[in-house]
Amino acid sequence: MTFSEADMDAIYLTLRLATTVTLLLLLIGTPIAWWLARTKSWWKGPVGAIVALPLVLPPTVLGFYLLLAMGPNGVIGQFTQSLGLGTLPFTFWGLVIGSIFYSMPFVVQPIQNAIEAIGERPLEAAATLRAGPWDTFFTVVLPLAKPGFITAAILGFAHTVGEFGVVLMIGGNIPGETRVVSVQIYDHVEALEYAQAHALAVGMVVFSFIVLLGLYGFQRKQASLGMKYGG
Amino acid sequence: MKSKLMHLLQASCLLLLTFVSNLAVAEVIHVAAASNFTAPMKQIVKEFEQISGHKVRLAFGASGKFFAQIQHGAPFQVLLSADQAKPLALEQAGYTVAQSRFTYAIGALALWSVKPNFKVEDASVLSQGAFNKLALANPKLAPYGLAAVEVLEKLSLKETTRSKWVQGENIAQTYQFTGTGNADLGFVSLSQILVNGQIKQGSAWIIPDNFHRPIRQDAVLLKRGENSEAAQALIRFIKSEQAKKIIKAYGYQTPAQERQTEIKS
Repeated sequence: MTFSEADMDAIYLTLRLATTVTLLLLLIGTPIAWWLARTKSWWKGPVGAIVALPLVLPPTVLGFYLLLAMGPNGVIGQFTQSLGLGTLPFTFWGLVIGSIFYSMPFVVQPIQNAIEAIGERPLEAAATLRAGPWDTFFTVVLPLAKPGFITAAILGFAHTVGEFGVVLMIGGNIPGETRVVSVQIYDHVEALEYAQAHALAVGMVVFSFIVLLGLYGFQRKQASLGMKYGG
Repeated sequence: MKSKLMHLLQASCLLLLTFVSNLAVAEVIHVAAASNFTAPMKQIVKEFEQISGHKVRLAFGASGKFFAQIQHGAPFQVLLSADQAKPLALEQAGYTVAQSRFTYAIGALALWSVKPNFKVEDASVLSQGAFNKLALANPKLAPYGLAAVEVLEKLSLKETTRSKWVQGENIAQTYQFTGTGNADLGFVSLSQILVNGQIKQGSAWIIPDNFHRPIRQDAVLLKRGENSEAAQALIRFIKSEQAKKIIKAYGYQTPAQERQTEIKS
């Protein structure tokens, strides 16, 4: 089983996409998770539900609406065009946006659980010591919720690697730009190139297994240290 | 107590009998069809069900997927492929009823745009190059994609347009890319944009058939349909003049005679 040049391109692109999406999701997801963990607002329910939508929606639904929204007549498309960026489908950054929606719950929920598990006490203690909100976040919340952040990063990365339906809808199968591994596997199967399909698919299974094995091992270690997050 | 049980048994036997006899009259069959043939196939099946009383469950999708599924026990009795290669490969692998393969439609290709500022009438819109993306089906997977590449080669525009290609996994996705306006231009199946013989939205250049090799689409009776009266009746119906009229109305040609055609490669 050897990988062709096209297969290698797809693997490289997939890793680049997953890395970009994970970093951006940690930046975007943390404030959302923080807010969801702390708020008593009526909006907690609806916002939490929107974040969790990709868990229950078929990715093709998400992809189809993104194709419409990012298209020339869609809301996102009009916005990106007004910025002079053109439209996003069929570009790497289009996939990044799609993946951010798609992998959002996998990043937000572990962080939210971890922050909720910290509880009020440490934050109140920090406040009595006159720590500002940023100080509290970086010196109290971040260290205590670290396992949640690591879980979030791993799940966000792995889930983006495994993405298929969304890319199929908005990708356009452009080599080196939008043809990720899952699409490449689909292409091989469709073209009846089962040997190449197997090579990549087995790689995918092994990768996913190792990621999850590592994650569960990590979580068990945290639990035994009394730092289990999210109950 | 005993008589009650007997009654129940009798009743269920009767029920079973009526059920079985109904089955003998009206069968339910499963048919896999290429996604480019969705619209005409729905109409063909509607008329077939009315005439025959049989029920047809239709699955639309990519032929390569059906190929894999059929090899692994998918319950289809008939396959209408988007190409000739897959029915032939299934025949060679022993999944089909001998001598059952035939060409049911010859596809036509159109260069299409939904945008009002793109008046697509001929190849000039392609050669001028003032478009953002050109959607086509993946030539490796879809015969319509292969035909699109042949058209571009014939026009000597393959290399100049390549950087603007976006490839759908099948012709249905290519239609989606173009129909949502994300790609200014797209090579789609003529059947997808025709309603009552008129182009329903935007403008299109119906590509003359000497620009590419004919897109022959073959159907085959699968082993699972060997003893099915309904499956055989459906195939007879697809070959009938009534069905051919529907097929032509969607922009396809039908083969002049029923001879099996060789695959050119």
